[in-house]
Amino acid sequence: MLYDIWTVFWREWLVLRRRIGRFILSRMVSPILYLVAFGWGLGRSIQVNQGSYLDFIVPGIIALNSMNISFVSVGSPLNMSRLYHKTLEEYLIAPISSVSFVLGKVLAGALRGLISSVLIIVLAYAFGAHFIINSWFLLALVLNCLVFASMALVAAMIMNSHEDMANFNTYVLLPMSFLCATFFVPDHLPTVLNWMIQILPLTHASVALRAIATSGAVPVLPLVIMFGYTIMFIGTGVWLMEKVRE
Amino acid sequence: MIHIEGLIKKFDDRLAVNNLCLDIKKGEVFGLLGPNGAGKTTTIRMLTMLTKPTAGSIMIDGCDHGEQCIKAVIGVVPQHFNLDIELTAWENLELHGRLHHMPAEKRKRRIKELLEYVELDDRAHEMVQKFSGGMKRRLMIARALLHHPKVLFLDEPTVGLDPQVRRRLWELIRHLKEEGLTVLLTTHYIEEAESLCQRVAILEKGKLIALDTPAALCQRLGAYVVEWDEPAGFKTRFFADRTLAAEFAATLTTTTTLRQTNLEDAFVELTGRKVVG
Repeated sequence: MLYDIWTVFWREWLVLRRRIGRFILSRMVSPILYLVAFGWGLGRSIQVNQGSYLDFIVPGIIALNSMNISFVSVGSPLNMSRLYHKTLEEYLIAPISSVSFVLGKVLAGALRGLISSVLIIVLAYAFGAHFIINSWFLLALVLNCLVFASMALVAAMIMNSHEDMANFNTYVLLPMSFLCATFFVPDHLPTVLNWMIQILPLTHASVALRAIATSGAVPVLPLVIMFGYTIMFIGTGVWLMEKVRE
Repeated sequence: MIHIEGLIKKFDDRLAVNNLCLDIKKGEVFGLLGPNGAGKTTTIRMLTMLTKPTAGSIMIDGCDHGEQCIKAVIGVVPQHFNLDIELTAWENLELHGRLHHMPAEKRKRRIKELLEYVELDDRAHEMVQKFSGGMKRRLMIARALLHHPKVLFLDEPTVGLDPQVRRRLWELIRHLKEEGLTVLLTTHYIEEAESLCQRVAILEKGKLIALDTPAALCQRLGAYVVEWDEPAGFKTRFFADRTLAAEFAATLTTTTTLRQTNLEDAFVELTGRKVVG
């Protein structure tokens, strides 16, 4: 099984390696915009918890960016491969298990999310932000990438058109990017909205990353919740892969 | 080599394959014919483990349980081009070899050998996106053969290809048969089935309506056919021998053709519809 996971991952790595330069350049655009607009521009006049706004939003930007990249790296390509290119059949015909396929794809998506996060961390330092990075930070980041890479796999297996896939982005990812404790603390939002925000996985990523980055504290509950989401999406993904044959 | 019993596939209320039973021998090139929507592709999809049958059993090379066991002995060339366009020809084959757990050395040797076999060795490191239809089809055949399968499934292998490429692929398929491979192909082109297959099965609305050698299917109708035009439409009549056919043709006053019966005649008589290529 490990060999099969590696095979699925290897294919993604081959494609990524071929365009690593372009990948890195394009991934730098939106974090730079966020850092300039919210960190330098808007952030100059805002203070959060006695710290600079730039320091406050960097973990949020890392959370939302790793979410987006992990999701987009798996979602659209897999959806296209299932519906349009039919390359998914090559895996379905091969003597490998659904678990291997799902894990290979999810790990490859998470890797892309991680590479883009490293870029943001470097950029954030260049912009003068202060934050702590330790192994807990890395764990929270990896978990966030896994949550959204596996969520993308589930979405790609369910959505029956490219347009639906784009709609999923608009209705699910975009609201999360702004609401899930990325740019502000959602505590003073109306109770029902706040309660809904607390359910969403990205909130826990932002909270965990920020807690570690500012004080080095280990937020156990958010990490457990993210782990739970990962397991749930991977399980659903495997189930959908089995069902695709019916 | 392939043993199918009571195979049924239902999509909601529609019966796509209705109680299909077939026995295909080792080393045989077997054709699955039928009008559009007859259930050919669904049958192939079930045999290649892409679709689960509603009922019935499939046995390929002694494997009758466990998808993984069957998957290891079959090679599949689907109807649509499903090569990975983000990879080169070589990488497409390498991915397949890895998915089929071929050891690195053996894989490398086999990829080289097959690229030469399908005459794509000089294009090995080009992206497949740039390939023509014929090249893609040849690469797909190479991919299907990579892990030394015992049965090859070809779903409409020559659709959309120009005549030269088609003939080249026919040569390739004949060559595979000589090497002892069992081939099951579906086709719309009657002449393709006639020239390649030892036996053909004709499906209609998911049911097997005829199963025999192309020659025997033609013989059933009569060895000769007379065709002529009438104001009401095109007419055909079958005769057991040429003299009778000629005598009948002599009585007609319009433009008349007298020729040997072919598989297309048998197909049209059996299915009642003209096949479109």
